[in-house]
Amino acid sequence: MALPSALHVVEHNAVVFRRLWRGNIMVSFFTPLFFLAAMGIGLGSLVNRSSGGVNGVPYLDYLAPGLMAAAAMQTAAVEAMYPILNRIMWDRIYDAMLATPVAVRDLVFGEVAWFAVRMVIVTAAFWVVMTLFRIGHLPESLLAVPAAALTGLAFATPVMAFTATRRNDNGFAAILRFVITPLYLLGGAFFPISQLPLVLQWVAWATPLAHGVALCRGVVLANIGPGEAALHLLVLVVYILAGLALAWILLLRRLSK
Amino acid sequence: MTDSSPSDLIVARGLTKRFGDLVAVDGIDFTVAGGEAFGFLGPNGAGKTSTMRMIGGVSPVTAGVLTIFGLDPAQHGAQIRARLGVVPQADTLDLELTVRENLIIYARYFDLPWSEGRKRADELLEFMQLKERSKDKVDDLSGGMKRRLTIARGLINQPDLLLLDEPTTGLDPQARHLVWDRLYRLKQRGVTLVLTTHYMDEAEQLCDRLVVMDKARIAAEGSPRELIDRYSTREVLELRFPIDEQPNLDGKLKDVAERVEVLADRVLVYTSDGDAAVAAINRHGIRPESSLVRRSTLEDVFLRLTGRRLIE
Repeated sequence: MALPSALHVVEHNAVVFRRLWRGNIMVSFFTPLFFLAAMGIGLGSLVNRSSGGVNGVPYLDYLAPGLMAAAAMQTAAVEAMYPILNRIMWDRIYDAMLATPVAVRDLVFGEVAWFAVRMVIVTAAFWVVMTLFRIGHLPESLLAVPAAALTGLAFATPVMAFTATRRNDNGFAAILRFVITPLYLLGGAFFPISQLPLVLQWVAWATPLAHGVALCRGVVLANIGPGEAALHLLVLVVYILAGLALAWILLLRRLSK
Repeated sequence: MTDSSPSDLIVARGLTKRFGDLVAVDGIDFTVAGGEAFGFLGPNGAGKTSTMRMIGGVSPVTAGVLTIFGLDPAQHGAQIRARLGVVPQADTLDLELTVRENLIIYARYFDLPWSEGRKRADELLEFMQLKERSKDKVDDLSGGMKRRLTIARGLINQPDLLLLDEPTTGLDPQARHLVWDRLYRLKQRGVTLVLTTHYMDEAEQLCDRLVVMDKARIAAEGSPRELIDRYSTREVLELRFPIDEQPNLDGKLKDVAERVEVLADRVLVYTSDGDAAVAAINRHGIRPESSLVRRSTLEDVFLRLTGRRLIE
């Protein structure tokens, strides 16, 4: 029973997305294009000239996979905020869904499945751009798509749980400003975490982003061992599942009073 | 209290809903049989919506017994909801989809095939007079159209029972009459309707039987006619006086009126003979600004039962 109903929630989101996909794909495509061009080629040529790249690879190769994970995080966070709160309390689509055989469980699993689809779209677009820049070893670099998608999901489910507690959208800007943006800039995408003060290094490694970045970078540059990869993967999966469980409990409490 | 029979779609006994310390529904009993139009009449905050949400299988019962189609909503929520149509107080339409998409997607939640959903969507758009608007965004519809679309959505699974929470609240008179007309047709087709309302004319128009709710409890039950016969007089004389000039009527209408209610803006004289009451007023030299003899309504029943008006 659960599976078909959750799939109908995915269908709903897909029908809504059908109207937006063109603009959406463009953004997913052009953002990495500009970023890699500006940061990688522009800034990267300076980095390469002064220090011969980062950790032994040209700056563009270092940057791109990390940015891919960070981009997934950013998209995931926003998607788990406004659209979800809209469905909870502005348009109240969830109330309409819950008047049918769809249950809160289906709703949560459906939304998370849709997040996964969205993450794959965003990261696949990024991968295409990256590959056009001739970054990464083929075919290993393809693994960066699921790795970055999982990084996104590791943010999507906890943020969804947070959204389930909101009565307005005031908290979202704060999360974006004080969690997502600092992580984006300092979480290992642009420079090695080891450059940070020790305390911040610990903070960084406690978040899913550092692990997602390390995993993406490792598979794209094909220099990660299976043990290390498994460890990063485990952290991502724990975040995803913990966020999912929390979102489920909180939405159940909120929607079936 | 009547004993339940197998044809009863809803049976509630001692049904209670509490939110913390707040008692929203306080041990109510009612039964809804297949094919009838049953109403909950009462002011805002009387517990109507809480009751509807429990029947709809989305709000857990705090205490008491509730069965829908003979099933317990705590155990068989999805099974019950598969056979219900729900028209909530807020439209909850999907503003990101078109009118027709709203129906087709909703059909999917009931696991109907896409082709069947499209077929039913077109039929319902026709029935609800929304066919010309199929491709429009929901936001562009008027309030009455949104309401009709919400009702159409509630019918997409061909429910055995249609729940309507305040179906015409906020609509202009013309839009209300169109909604009433469609609901009346559904009733004639044998669809069981359960609705809440705080409009006595809506209850009179649509309900075969209703309960009057006040402060989380049921104050009275019966058909509109029975309730009026039981709790009011045949006619009512409404008198209006200039502000601050309400005369002392004590005892003057004793022989023609069963009861006199003095409201802020008018005086209601409950009587079996309105004309005789008018004559008595004149005889006593009372000169109201205006006077009107009308039939008793459910509003009078509510006033009698609770001492308050339905809409304040």
